[in-house]
Amino acid sequence: MIDEKFDAIVVGAGMAGNAAAYTLAKRGLKVLQLERGEYSGSKNVQGAILYADMLEKIIPDFREDAPLERHLIEQRFWMMGDTSHVGLHYRSEDFNEEKPNRYTIIRAQFDKWFSSKVREAGALVVCETTVTELVQDAYGKVIGVKTDRGGGQIHADVVVLAEGVSGLLGTRAGLRKIPKPTDVALAVKEMHFLPQEVIEERFNIKGDEGAVIEAAGTISKGMTGMGFIYTNRECISLGIGCLVSDFQKGGESPYTLLEKFKKHPSVAPLIEGSEVKEYAAHLIPEGGYKAIPQLFGDGWVVVGDAAQLNNAIHREGSNLAMTSGRIAAEAIFQVKSRKDPMTAANLSLYKKMLEDSFVMKDLKKYKDMPQLLHVQSQNFFLTYPQLVNKAMQNFVRVDGTPKKEKQKLTMKSFTSARSWAGLFGDAFKLARAWR
Amino acid sequence: MHIVVCIKQVPDSAQIRVHPVTNTIMRQGVPTIINPYDLFALEEAMRLRDKFGGEVTVLTMGPPSAEDSLRKALTFGANRAVLLTDRFFAGSDTLATSFALATAIKKISDTWGAPDLVFTGKQTIDGDTAQVGPGIAKRLGLMQITYAAKVTEYDAAEGSVTIERRAEGGTQVLKSKLPCLVAMLEGTNEIRRGTMADALRGARAEIIKWNAKEAGVEDLSKCGLKGSPTIVKRVFAPSPRAEKAKFIEIPEGGSLPDALIAEIFTRQPALEADLTELARGF
Repeated sequence: MIDEKFDAIVVGAGMAGNAAAYTLAKRGLKVLQLERGEYSGSKNVQGAILYADMLEKIIPDFREDAPLERHLIEQRFWMMGDTSHVGLHYRSEDFNEEKPNRYTIIRAQFDKWFSSKVREAGALVVCETTVTELVQDAYGKVIGVKTDRGGGQIHADVVVLAEGVSGLLGTRAGLRKIPKPTDVALAVKEMHFLPQEVIEERFNIKGDEGAVIEAAGTISKGMTGMGFIYTNRECISLGIGCLVSDFQKGGESPYTLLEKFKKHPSVAPLIEGSEVKEYAAHLIPEGGYKAIPQLFGDGWVVVGDAAQLNNAIHREGSNLAMTSGRIAAEAIFQVKSRKDPMTAANLSLYKKMLEDSFVMKDLKKYKDMPQLLHVQSQNFFLTYPQLVNKAMQNFVRVDGTPKKEKQKLTMKSFTSARSWAGLFGDAFKLARAWR
Repeated sequence: MHIVVCIKQVPDSAQIRVHPVTNTIMRQGVPTIINPYDLFALEEAMRLRDKFGGEVTVLTMGPPSAEDSLRKALTFGANRAVLLTDRFFAGSDTLATSFALATAIKKISDTWGAPDLVFTGKQTIDGDTAQVGPGIAKRLGLMQITYAAKVTEYDAAEGSVTIERRAEGGTQVLKSKLPCLVAMLEGTNEIRRGTMADALRGARAEIIKWNAKEAGVEDLSKCGLKGSPTIVKRVFAPSPRAEKAKFIEIPEGGSLPDALIAEIFTRQPALEADLTELARGF
């Protein structure tokens, strides 16, 4: 046993763990951060888009030295048909601002930078060390951790679980249940290298500008899922993910989905001639508000993906992770400065603070959405995209058919695929879940 | 006893990327590691220390970021770490490197006691010269044993070390006077996993940093690019293989093995003919 006690042990060095460790260390607490990877970022996978606002609240001048790829000036949403897509693009010169709002990043590099800031703030960061178990006293209070290193028991007043989506430690300690297959998506991603100017030409961007594409529709073969294409400086991140429960039902495997997504006629020209240098897979918590486990207890709090804090609708995860890490750290600091013990009652402050933030407010807003999209996945991810794409083709193709007749045909294609009641029901449910 | 282990921080060759356009090595974002050969040297040194007592000092020369490798060495269980870092050292070839390291080892001797043994890896994976170890031995007037597989005996009273050396056609058992430089071969032992206490100590330790002056270098013209007579004539990337992995689609109602075999035969028609011939024989 180590004869040393820390104010806080942070398990994991992803976005949430780094935000928590940084904030705690900045507040003067004695912090130990344990990471199983070789370095922070070596095992972390994300698309990835960084939202500046949430990082600014932690490191205001991060733009000075953080490894950022491109700031985003254009967002495209594509509803995919089999050989087509219907798109909604938003591009604005306003995003070419002094302090841009969103950036693409490469996590291996970004997290390394973030981790160096954590060290500078004064936290002790130990990598290549897996926490195997939470140490609990006779009353179930978490008092430390055991690691896979010899003599590995270390004690702390509070343990911040930033262990990532699968939540193995918390589950093993009986603090929570393992996430359900309906609540997690499996995403696969590739990095396609291309010369900088080719990327800029293909995406109509220049300099540090970036564009992203979010795509949903027939590419997920009726499963609840989405694809994405993000521009980095010299490569394109491209991936697709679907709910694990949908993959379980059989049909397509993740890599075949990805291969087909890459071959889609709307996508293929964007990555033509590229060289794939990296392949990664990751689980993403998508259960939303209803899947959030218990967030705190005697001697522990849980943050980030481990707390299932991810807004699947808006494709926001890392900012919820950073924010929950920061808020947990601030709550711990408040309890500590009052010289109160780290009991569940005192640490409930974390949940209160989280509920007052955008994190819980946003997740609560969409609380019914995951269930709706999951149950209706065939309609929302296959039937409707097909119909919309067909309707669009019908609308733009000039073939001598009178317009009124075209309109009728389009309406008929909708009602024959789904009854009026079904259509209205889906629209109503979608609107209600969105409200 | 006091052992000095020289290590080098190198790019992780397993994760190195050659820029597809310019064909230069992309160092940004490529993780660095301790030169794999050096880990065998470090482990052998620590085993001796654990058995006979004493200290292991790890020494490296490199940019400030080489601190990561030293910290890792401390996490494995080394006692102290010295980083030799100065812009005067930039561009050193093996001659200049062995000069700088030998000078630093003298300073280490003066500060923490003369080493009985100096360990290095056989060579580094980025330079592959295997010259720096012998260079240090020559400059410091040490005995030297290269291609060392194992230290079998250490006799402090007699001042000797016995080492198994792998040679062409067999193993030599060599006994040498101390102090001696040992260049370790790969695959000879397995680097230990430091304890939690080692890991904490490694994360927390102050790395001792010396510039050229602090290391005791008087003649700067022997350092860095100035002190390096080696000239790099040309750097080129081997041409990449034209053949790329192919994603095979299974036709409707077909099977993966059939599709795979069909694809192989399409590419190697001779193979199909040979195998058909062979099958006829059965």
